[in-house]
Amino acid sequence: MGQTIVEKIISSKSDKPVMAGETALMTIDVRSARDFGGANVVKHLEREYDVDQIDNLENTFFTFDCVVPANNIGYANNQHIIRMFARDKGLKVYDVDAGIGSHVLIEEGHAVPGKTVVGTDSHLNIMGAVGALGQGMGDTDIAFTFKTGKTWFEVPETIRLNLKGSLRAPASAKDLTLAVVKHFGANGALGKVVEVYGDLVDSLELHERITLASMGTEMGAIAVIIPPNKKVLDYCGERSEQPIQPVYADQDASYCQIIDLDLGQIQPMLSLPGNPENVTTVEDVQGRPIDSVFIGSCTNGRFEDFQMVAEIIGDRKVKSHVMAKIVPATKEVFSQLLSSGLFQKLHDAGFIISNQGCGGCAAGQIGMTGKNEVQLSTSNRNFTGKQGHGKTYLTSPATAAISAVTGVITNPAGGQS
Amino acid sequence: MTTQRPFQVSGKAWLIKDKTGNWIDNIDTDMIFHNQHLHITEVPKMGPHAFGNLEGWEDFPERCGQGDILIVGKNFGAGSSRQQAVDCFRALGVSVIIAESFGAIYKRNAINSGMPILEAPGLTEWLKETEIAKAEAHFETGELTLDGTTHQIKPMSDIQGKIYAAGDLFAYGRQMA
Repeated sequence: MGQTIVEKIISSKSDKPVMAGETALMTIDVRSARDFGGANVVKHLEREYDVDQIDNLENTFFTFDCVVPANNIGYANNQHIIRMFARDKGLKVYDVDAGIGSHVLIEEGHAVPGKTVVGTDSHLNIMGAVGALGQGMGDTDIAFTFKTGKTWFEVPETIRLNLKGSLRAPASAKDLTLAVVKHFGANGALGKVVEVYGDLVDSLELHERITLASMGTEMGAIAVIIPPNKKVLDYCGERSEQPIQPVYADQDASYCQIIDLDLGQIQPMLSLPGNPENVTTVEDVQGRPIDSVFIGSCTNGRFEDFQMVAEIIGDRKVKSHVMAKIVPATKEVFSQLLSSGLFQKLHDAGFIISNQGCGGCAAGQIGMTGKNEVQLSTSNRNFTGKQGHGKTYLTSPATAAISAVTGVITNPAGGQS
Repeated sequence: MTTQRPFQVSGKAWLIKDKTGNWIDNIDTDMIFHNQHLHITEVPKMGPHAFGNLEGWEDFPERCGQGDILIVGKNFGAGSSRQQAVDCFRALGVSVIIAESFGAIYKRNAINSGMPILEAPGLTEWLKETEIAKAEAHFETGELTLDGTTHQIKPMSDIQGKIYAAGDLFAYGRQMA
C-alpha cells in the first residue's frame, strides 16, 4: 500500500516502515530550541543527563528570536544560560541578531525537503513549505532529542486538500491561507497532516508557501505539507551541503479525507479579533478605524512581503495617528531591505523599522497593544490577550499597509471605503 | 520514580465553561499560561498563573485543590509549544485532564512530562446541560464515571502509559536504554 508524505518521511527515519496510527521512534535530523523554552531544555539536560554527550552536535542549534535583544531580565538571564551552555558544549547559537529560527533554518540549508526538524516553536511545522516535517515541541521533548537524537511520534493521518482558485494581486498568499483557515476552523485538521495540491499551489513561490504552511497550527494540524516544486528544490539545493532528496506521496497513498476546495477569485481576507478562525472578507468590515499595524512574523516577514507593502502604498504616507511597525523575519531579509532601498522608502512613508525577529507576535518586543487599541497584524495568532489588551485583526501585508495609510480597515483591492 | 503511580483517580471535577454555561473550545496556551510569565522555569512557581488569561477563571489556582480533575472542551491547549501550560496544572496537583480533544503539541507535552490526560470524544455533549461534582477515571480501561454515570473513553495509549508509569520521558528513555 502506498504512503503519504508524512508516512514516507517518518518511515525513512525509523527502523521499519510505518503507517498512520502507528507509533514510531524516529530520528530527528535537525533539533533546535529558542530563547523561549531553551533555558528549560538546558535545565533538563543538566539535570537528567551526562551532557557532555549531545547527539549530532552539528545539527543541533539554539535560535534566539522571541525577545531580541532581551528587554526584560527573565529573558536576558535565560538567553545567557543558553549561551554559556552552548559555548561550553560546542553548540551553535543563532543569537539575537539572526532572526526567526524557523526561517533561519531554511535559509541556512538545515531544513530541506524530506528532513525531520524540531524546535520549541509551535510554528516549526512551517517546514512543510519546503516539504520537510517540522514539529514544534515542548522543552522535555526537545531536551530528549538533543540527547538521544530521536523521539517517539504517532504517525498522523493525512488529509489531501485539492485547492482551486485564482489569486491576483493585491490578494496574496495570506488571503488564500486565511480562506483555508476559514474552511477548517481552529480544530478542523486537529492532529492531521494536510497535503496541498493543485495548479494554484504549484505556482506558489517559497515565501508564499511559508505563509500557507505557517498557519497549519491555527487549524490544529500537525503540519501543512506542500510538495516542493523545482524552484524550492533549487533554493534548498543551493543552500544545503547535502544532496536534496525530496519526498512525494505515492499515487495509491491512503488519505483519511480528500477535500476539493474551490476558493474562486480569492478576495482580501482577515481574521476578526479573538481567534484566527474568525475569518471574513476585508470588504465586510472596511472603514473601521485602526490605531496600529504590525507587519512581520514567521507568516509574513519575508522580503517579498515588504515589497508588497511598498508597492501598495506608492508615494503615500502612514496616517499621522497610526503606529506602523515593520519587523523583517531574518538578518538576510533585513539586508535585502537595506540594499534594495526599500527601507528608505518605508522609513520615509512613516513606518517604524525594527531589527529582525518575531517582533509583535511573541512577547511584545516592539510593543504590546493597550486596552481598546485596534491593531492589524500580519502574524498568525490573535487570541485574546496574546499581544496585549487591544483588539488584533490578522491580515495580509497589503491590507495592513493600505490601512496604515488610510487609518481605517481598507480593502487593497479597492471597493468602497 | 520509585513509587507506583496511580492508574485510577477520583476527585472534584472542574468543568471549564464560560459564564453562560457553554464549553470554551480551543483554549490556547496564552489563556492557560500567558507569555508574560514564560521566563519562569521552576514548576512550583507556575501554579499561580494557571488560567491567568482565561476570562472567568483567573482565580482558578486559589480554588483548585490537590487531586482535582479538569474537564475541558475541544482542542484544549491549542497554540504555542510552552511546557508551562502543562506544568502549571502539575504544580497545582491536578490529577488528570480530560478533554473532548487536545492540541497536538499540548498532548505530547503532557504525555512526556507524565501529566495524565485522557481524550473523551463525546464529553462535551454528555455534559452540555449538566454540571457534575465528582469524576473518577481509570487510565488503562478508559472508564470515566461522572457523578455515578460511567462512560467509555479512550484509555491511555501504550506509549503514554509507559511514560507515565516511568515518571516522564527522561525516565522512560533511561529504562529503554
